[in-house]
Amino acid sequence: MSDTVLSLDGLTVRLPKGADRPHALSDVSLSVASNEILCVVGESGSGKSMMANAIMRLLPNEVTIERGRMMFDGRDLCAADSAEMREVRGAGIAMIFQEPMTALNPLRTIGDQIGEMFAIHTALSKAEINGRVLALLEDVRIPDPKAAAKAYPHELSGGQRQRAMIAMALALDPKLLIADEPTTALDVTTQAQILKLIRDLQQRKKTAVLFITHDFGVVAEIADRVVVMQHGAIVEQGTADKVLNDPQHVYTRQLIAAVPPLTAPPPRILSGKDILTIDGVSKTYRTGGFLGRGARVTEAVKNVSLRLPRGATLGIVGESGSGKSTLARCIVRLIDPDSGSIVLNGKDWARLGREEIRRATRHIQMVFQDPFASLNPRRKAAELVAQGPIVHGADRAIAIAEARQLFELVGLDPSAGDRFPHEFSGGQRQRIGLARALALKPDVLVADEPVSALDVSVQAQVLRLLAELRQQLGLSIIFITHDLRVAAQICDLVAVMKDGAVVEQGLTAEVFGRPQHPYTQALLSAIPGGDFTRKRDALIA
Amino acid sequence: MDAAKRYFRSPAAVIGLILLLLIVAMAVSASFLYPRDPLALAGRPLVWPFSNPRFLLGTDNSGRDIAAQIFYGARISLLIGGVATVIAILIGILVGAFAGYYGGWVDNVLMRITEAFQTLPNFVLLLVLVAVFGSTLTTVTIAVGVVSWPAPARLTRAEFLSLRNREFVQAGKTLGMKDLQLILGEILPNALPPVIVYASVVMAVAILLESALAFLRLSDPNVASWGNLIGLGRDVLRVQWYVSAIPGIAILVTVLAVSLVGQGLNDALNPRLKSR
Amino acid sequence: MRILSLAGRRLAASIPTLFLILIGVFLLLQLAPGDTVDALMAQMGGGDAATAQQLRKFYGLDLSVPAQLGNYLWHLVRLDLGFSSIYGKPVATVILERLPPTILLMTASLSFAFFFGLLFGVIAARGVNRWPDTLISTLGLIFYATPSFWFGLMAIVVFSVYLQWLPSGGFQDIGTVQTGVRGVLDIAAHLVLPTLTLGLIFLAIYLRIMRASMLEVLNLDFVRTARAKGLDETHVITRHVLRNALLPMVTLIGLQAGTMLGGSVVVESVFSLPGLGRLAYESVVQRDLNTLLGIVFVSALLVIVVNFVVDLLYARLDPRIAAEG
Repeated sequence: MSDTVLSLDGLTVRLPKGADRPHALSDVSLSVASNEILCVVGESGSGKSMMANAIMRLLPNEVTIERGRMMFDGRDLCAADSAEMREVRGAGIAMIFQEPMTALNPLRTIGDQIGEMFAIHTALSKAEINGRVLALLEDVRIPDPKAAAKAYPHELSGGQRQRAMIAMALALDPKLLIADEPTTALDVTTQAQILKLIRDLQQRKKTAVLFITHDFGVVAEIADRVVVMQHGAIVEQGTADKVLNDPQHVYTRQLIAAVPPLTAPPPRILSGKDILTIDGVSKTYRTGGFLGRGARVTEAVKNVSLRLPRGATLGIVGESGSGKSTLARCIVRLIDPDSGSIVLNGKDWARLGREEIRRATRHIQMVFQDPFASLNPRRKAAELVAQGPIVHGADRAIAIAEARQLFELVGLDPSAGDRFPHEFSGGQRQRIGLARALALKPDVLVADEPVSALDVSVQAQVLRLLAELRQQLGLSIIFITHDLRVAAQICDLVAVMKDGAVVEQGLTAEVFGRPQHPYTQALLSAIPGGDFTRKRDALIA
Repeated sequence: MDAAKRYFRSPAAVIGLILLLLIVAMAVSASFLYPRDPLALAGRPLVWPFSNPRFLLGTDNSGRDIAAQIFYGARISLLIGGVATVIAILIGILVGAFAGYYGGWVDNVLMRITEAFQTLPNFVLLLVLVAVFGSTLTTVTIAVGVVSWPAPARLTRAEFLSLRNREFVQAGKTLGMKDLQLILGEILPNALPPVIVYASVVMAVAILLESALAFLRLSDPNVASWGNLIGLGRDVLRVQWYVSAIPGIAILVTVLAVSLVGQGLNDALNPRLKSR
Repeated sequence: MRILSLAGRRLAASIPTLFLILIGVFLLLQLAPGDTVDALMAQMGGGDAATAQQLRKFYGLDLSVPAQLGNYLWHLVRLDLGFSSIYGKPVATVILERLPPTILLMTASLSFAFFFGLLFGVIAARGVNRWPDTLISTLGLIFYATPSFWFGLMAIVVFSVYLQWLPSGGFQDIGTVQTGVRGVLDIAAHLVLPTLTLGLIFLAIYLRIMRASMLEVLNLDFVRTARAKGLDETHVITRHVLRNALLPMVTLIGLQAGTMLGGSVVVESVFSLPGLGRLAYESVVQRDLNTLLGIVFVSALLVIVVNFVVDLLYARLDPRIAAEG
């Protein structure tokens, strides 16, 4: 762990005029040695991805390296000409990206794209290349490498695509691998597999890895050393053990503290009365097909039965495609369920007609995932919040005035009501979305991944707000999430969904403490940095 | 206001706007500058441009003032182009909004009809309409509008399709809004900018369609239209080519101005496209 | 094969569209002032009411509108488009005679517009916001705004009247009918100006789309991957960008097929080409509604065939299409 592969020395990258700050990176110095994984952690806008692009010299046109040195393999990459850089890229330094779907050319086969690495940098024959490609695909443990080589990107799953990307990156045994959030777009179980794969390959090939992530769980899982970045500068660096267990900088401490604990808080006393009972709800999609041919049937939700006690929070957790979002939309009747009953306040909500739903919708409201897409960009914030009451017949002026009061309730400045959504930050928008749902004084709130699109520190604030409001307003909440940490923190009850069905449900502490179903067990053990958090939780407790 | 600022930052867009305003000024001032009927005999036929100060742009084969016809022609082009565009965009928005919002069989039926209109070459349909309803100013304008709606309809539908599943529309639904409230209040304002921008394309095409029709002598012969004049000049093309050339330039400049304004609007309303 | 069946299904789905068009236009033409018999009698220099009555009976025009429509469709199924009283021949024969020049003209214009649109689009995108881009984009805007018939007339003035390089109209030299290579060259010489005239506006459209599409694709993640592999810029374009950027262009061919056919009406009139477009114009002027309806049918059919070919081409280019089936 001694020979340095890459060292950055005072690297400063200038942003074009009109950006929110003059420098994307200011005075960044770090080094990566062979056979080590250096994690660069930071929230969005910290400049961590810009660093990866700067090292590859693939910065956007208007962004320039102002000063500093990047020493790799005995030369300064800042001074390398474009022909030299092309030799380094792929062969010396390889890169994998966040979104494997868009990072691969959709019109060419996987084998073709991996083989291109050899075609660019070596003089191997076609047959030799094909052999090497197959060997690589086997190395990254893709099921059926022969078929995978012939497949197009859209024919593989997300995890398989990322494996293919890794195979491509490691094709020429580069000295340095830059991994830019390689597991962020993946489900938690796939993420665990990919992390393990990167770890294994790195150890076997003694590659130096620069691993960029926003997730301290991932850091705990994989890092040898850690660099923490904020606003384009390094605030702290050291060994993983030191940074995680004895953080020095305030910002590092904040980030680590914001990682939700895995252990559920002591259970609250729940009401014996259910406000919402879901019984045998199913939803099946039939897609495509002309005259019935080629039609595909997807059972999105299969015979789901759940109950929500008054004042409780029920978490529905699962990976993408588990049907949790479809279920949420069935509950608010954005989607019509095929069968089953949804009884709210004694009325079967699943059997109401369009017009009745429209009138009764004030009892059950929804908070959406994407704070950018869930607010109409052409309406002012106060108007957005007042819309619900106005639709249900409230006087416009009164509704707007009440909206301003709600702003205060969700922790926003009441005067902010005259601003348009794009003038708010992500966390603030999510608060507006919450205020909009609360404006109708609903009994039940369905929150669909309400914090997934937010940075960890903001996530913690919004979750705290939700917990406070629940207490204050006596809300009953259905909380959809893929993040078990978040579920552990806020939910009284959880239901685990897989392939449209609920595989396990019960009190959060019980389900997470003593998982019964193998899938729940797999989910829990796949959480990155689980050991670290559990240890920390134990210390705090 | 950002959009206006962005618009005026582009020289091409400003040039387009100036040209368009000039053409509008020509249309407005036609009856002051040339109070006589532009289609009436004014002097000797086939006077070359700039040879007689009375007829700056010369006269055509029947001795009518070309300059007067160009000024009055601006009226006809803008009128037909403008009204036909409004017709096409209105039909397009109506069809596209319903098809995109409701989907299912409504979408199926409306898209079949749209497809039929697109499968039939628009100029051939225009010929059929003119053959059936005759070639007065009104029928030609309506006919041009009627053959131009499918593209805006498809555009509107595509916008509606992508917007109707956007979370803010779903939020509106969970708030209990009616379909019409969702269509008019939530989706349409967000779907409109690209359609408005596309209106410039429709207008450019409408002006070209009408002039082509007039050139074939199938448009209203009783008004001074640029296309008519080009068709007329065809008989004397070999020597007095200017009779055709001048109105052609007028059409070119008008369509160019409309396109430039449209492009400027596009860049102003969709700033993210400009950034690359 | 999957691709073929997919495109075949799209083809089958366009049959109802075709009937929709025919029925619509048929009913529309019922509203037209005067019918075939009027046109015929006008050509014969008038006649009495009894003759007209007889002729109407002969052509089946005395029946009710639905019966006439049924008759027409029934004949159509047997590929019988009716009889053109003006030309004194079956409509199908008249149209078939006029089809070759139009198809030749469309193919030539499309190839010209597609090839140069692609080329200029790529050049413009490579030098975005520099002088080649500015020049090409400006020319594109001007070409787009040029009325095709006017461009044709001006081209005649320059190339036929002043320079005398190319013939000013017609499909081939009438005086000396040539055969073999000379005949082909003769037709080619006659088609140069019409091809340029018809292709110009499409050249403008294609280059604009190609430029935009290139810029769009150049921004995608996999282009960054390609660069990160160490690929040089030329190969990034040829191996990764071009094929992706071509997809919207190919779609456009299908969408524009009808417009192009419509454009040939004007261009054929300017250059006196004996094609389908000119026939359409003549049948409107001569009120030969039977022929007009036949042209509507054939041109819709042409557009459908072009779209079928485009579907096949698209599926060849994009493997994702076949998977959706």
